[in-house]
Formats: sequence, C-alpha cells, structure tokens
Amino acid sequence: MTQPHDPKHLFEFLLRMGDTTLILGHRISEWCGKAPILEEDIALANTALDLIGQTQMWLGLAAEVEGKGRSADDLAMLRDAWDFRCALLVEQPNGDFGQTMMRQFLFDHWHLVQLTALQSSTDDRIAAIAAKAAKEATYHAERSADLVIRLGDGTEESHARMQAALDLLYPYIGELFTPDAIDNTLAEHGIAPDPASLRPAYDATVNAILAEATLTRPDSTFAHKGGRTGARHSEHLGHILTQMQWLQRAYPGATW
Amino acid sequence: MTAPADKREWPLWEIFIRGQHGASHRHVGSLHAPDAEMAILNARDVYTRRKEGVSIWAVPANAIAASSPSKKGPLFDPAEDKAYRHPSFFPIPKDVGPM
Repeated sequence: MTQPHDPKHLFEFLLRMGDTTLILGHRISEWCGKAPILEEDIALANTALDLIGQTQMWLGLAAEVEGKGRSADDLAMLRDAWDFRCALLVEQPNGDFGQTMMRQFLFDHWHLVQLTALQSSTDDRIAAIAAKAAKEATYHAERSADLVIRLGDGTEESHARMQAALDLLYPYIGELFTPDAIDNTLAEHGIAPDPASLRPAYDATVNAILAEATLTRPDSTFAHKGGRTGARHSEHLGHILTQMQWLQRAYPGATW
Repeated sequence: MTAPADKREWPLWEIFIRGQHGASHRHVGSLHAPDAEMAILNARDVYTRRKEGVSIWAVPANAIAASSPSKKGPLFDPAEDKAYRHPSFFPIPKDVGPM
C-alpha cells in the first residue's frame, strides 16, 4: 500500500514549479525596453507577465500547503538563494537575443510536456493551474520554436550564434528530466509525472525543430544539476535576487 | 511609386482585428514583421493583449491602394447635400441588429 505523501514534498514540488517560472519571468523582463525591435519587446514582456502570473498560482498554492502564514509574495521576495528551487537553465544570463530565444525554446517545450502531464494530476488544484498555464505555454512554445528555426536557418551569423547558444545551454536540459526522491514520491501518488517519462516526447519535438533550424544537437548526456534540489545554484541566481528583492529588503512590507 | 524598401527594415503590415463574432475586421494599426506568419504572431502580442479580438488579418502595407488627400474635395464633397442617400427615412426592424 502506498504511504500518504509528506506535505513537505508537495511544498518542494510547488516551489520547483513557481521558482522556475519566477526566475525565468524576471530574466525575460530584463529585455523590457531594449529588445531588438518593438514587436519582440512586447512579445517578451507578455511572456514574462504570463510566467509571473503562473508563479503567483504556484507559489500561492505552495504557501497554502506550507500552512505557516506566508504568502506567495513572501516566498518570492523574502527567501535567499539556497531556498530557491528553480532549474539551473532559467538562471542563465540572457546573452544576446538568440541565446535568450534558445533558452526559451528549450524551456518552453519542457514546460509544455510538464503542464500537459500535470493536467491529469490527482491533486485538483495542480491540475487546474496546469490547465490555465498550458494555454500560455502552447503559445510561448510556438513562438520560440518559430524564432529558433528562423535564426538557426537564417544567415551565417545568426546560425553561428544559435549553434553557440545551443552548445552553451544544452548541458542544463538534463536536470529537468532527472528525478530525485521527491519526484518519485509524487509520481507514485499521481500528483506529478516522473520527470524522466517526459523525455521521449520532449526529444521528439525538440529534435525535429532543431533539424528544421539546421542546428546540431550536442552529442553529450552531461547535465549540470543542483537547481531543482537547491543544492548548487549557479552564481547567477544571487545576482538576480539582489535586483529582484531589493525593494522588499530595503523597505520591508512596502506596497503600492 | 513606393520608395525602394530599406533592406535592413522589415516590411510594414497593416493589422485588422475582428472584435467579436459577426462584427467586421477593423484597422487597429501597423507593425513590422519579416513575413505574414510573424506578422500574425506580432499582431497577437501587440494588439490583442487585452483580449481585443477573435481574428487577425495582416495585410502588406504596400498592397493597400489609398485615395489621395489632395482629391478630397472632388471625391467626397459632392455627397454632402444629398441627404436622400441616407436610409434614415426607413424604420429598421429590431431583429436586424447593428448595421
């Protein structure tokens, strides 16, 4: 008989979802006002806002599950780097526009398979959030795939930049599909999918798009790990938090 | 004649959005995009952020023929004193809906 799961596991899982969308949303918002063209600027800001909106739902539920009277805002603005559970991929710097789109593309397609699976979660609250977020993620995935194909199969310059971005970011993909004890427990209870089970669908879609973009997928299975578990974040996370949390740290409880 | 397009600038598209089923597409503005597909995606992001539409048309700006502002007089003034051309002398049944 399966043991009832520890609510702490559910809390950890919700942080993994919410922190990942929060940090990526913040990262993309760094383009606001300085993207290559106005249309992309607005599109990126829309995506950032979608992700922050999803963060509100994930961290809101996390706070509720934790039951210690913290809010989604408390979780976002008053935790330090070691308490964050975002994937390493989303902490990585924006680089040039191509690198940002490559990161987005690699993320969006994981996000989509993850949200699709979460819609049949045994936890209704998770299924509901996933259903709402999946519509947004579907559009994000379409858009980033489109740009990766255009830039990959574009000029010599854009192709070289996209290949370099893929080579740089590829080692951060593995973490998204590597289960730990928490993932295993949640999978057992049908709350969240086994991350490894999402890989074949992800590979099929991503391989097809990269082929169309004339980009070569690195022949390596090496994967950086430690973001989702919080064991070893990259040095970039602290810098993001410094900027993102500054106001709440300097003026505790400030609202507008 | 249109001026030769700047090779570094993406073509201009005029964007039309249909606000609801049954209504007609209405011009909302323009944007730059490399092709029709991107024009639709960009229009979605620029012009439908507040749920303004259910359908988007993107038309290459240079495909639109426009009347000349200097011909405004001869083109439009003659209609000014022809009130009988307005169908306002007939009651319109309620069932017809917006016209």
